[in-house]
Amino acid sequence: MRAVLLRDLKLAMRLGGGFGLAIMFFLIVTVLVPLGIGPDLALLSAISSGILWVGALLACLLSLDRILSLDYEDGTLDHLAISPLPLENVILAKATAHWLTTGLPLGLASPLLGLMLGLPLEGFFWLLLSLVFGTPALSMIGTFGATLTLGLKRGGLLLSILVLPLYVPTLIFGAEVARRGSIGIELQTPLWMLLGVSFGVVAVLPFASSAVLRINLR
Amino acid sequence: MLLSVQDLCITRSSQVLLANVSFDLASGEALILKGPNGLGKTTLLRVITGLQPALSGKIITQEDIFVYAAHADGVKPSLTVTENLQFWADIFDSKDVSSALSAFDLNELKSSFAGLLSAGQKRRVGLARMLISNRLVWVLDEPSVSLDSASILQLEAVIKQHLQNGGGALIVTHADLDLGPRCKTLHLDEYKSKSPVYDHCAEAFL
Repeated sequence: MRAVLLRDLKLAMRLGGGFGLAIMFFLIVTVLVPLGIGPDLALLSAISSGILWVGALLACLLSLDRILSLDYEDGTLDHLAISPLPLENVILAKATAHWLTTGLPLGLASPLLGLMLGLPLEGFFWLLLSLVFGTPALSMIGTFGATLTLGLKRGGLLLSILVLPLYVPTLIFGAEVARRGSIGIELQTPLWMLLGVSFGVVAVLPFASSAVLRINLR
Repeated sequence: MLLSVQDLCITRSSQVLLANVSFDLASGEALILKGPNGLGKTTLLRVITGLQPALSGKIITQEDIFVYAAHADGVKPSLTVTENLQFWADIFDSKDVSSALSAFDLNELKSSFAGLLSAGQKRRVGLARMLISNRLVWVLDEPSVSLDSASILQLEAVIKQHLQNGGGALIVTHADLDLGPRCKTLHLDEYKSKSPVYDHCAEAFL
């Protein structure tokens, strides 16, 4: 399982690997939003946590197609399916690699971008925390979606349509944690819900994904 | 006995391709499967390795016995030859990449990126994975495609060595490979299904 994770990280870092795509997209969104909205700092800081969450979610969505399609096309998944490694572990390793190359860097970069959107200082910690705890769910659900659309030519559109509704709970609770954090009110309820979604998804979806993958490899 | 296939029927998108295929593969034996394009040779190999379900029939074998090499070798262009093989060595828990590299004469290429290799060289990287896997039955789908004559000789030598060590090989090929005395040929034409459409099959919806 470590081998798959390390190889995916290495592939992402190498030329054409797509590392940085998500973070660039995230940066572009946060640079463009103030230009579109205008110089009203009070308005900006009120919506900043929501904007950052939506931006992170879309940035994550952008790279989902790559999680499995390349390995499918070049036969790697076939060979992995008859290797000693259980497919559940393959899925979990791939989702983890996706999170380490998109979700985690997005979370770590978010305070900097929050600064650009006028996010109140006390919200930085909670924004970072909500993204770091929420994005694993985005990567895992996205990997599940990628197994469902595997083998379809230009499956990206279908993948987005399938995955977006599943992203909604994470978005609602994640953005709510960040918003409440930024105005300094009680945020335990959305935080526990966010963690619940993430843990639940990571516990269940590897099994569902590997079952779907087995069907799609036929 | 490594593998025994009995009355196997295989389908591809609700079409029965081959019916009642039966053969045995003993330790130290190679079986070459021949037949025209589109007959279902690749599908047969995928069914035997467990990637696809069979419509009916039995495949009697041990667990974790196969390794499969096909047109798509899973060779990553942005990794070097050694990195590609080391990945599979980690997956199959085997230490030795260097003997696989020398068996297919890849030592000079070991630190080049696989994306810069020619089709034949890439093929050799894909085939070297067989040696790394330490699996007993090699399932090879047209292994000699795009190999030059020297590499085909290497391939034959590697397969013969594997058979001598008690392994087995199931090979689909159109070329004439010389694999020594313990090599049988099975012509799949005679198993071609007479009634091609199978319409009460749940598979059709998947």
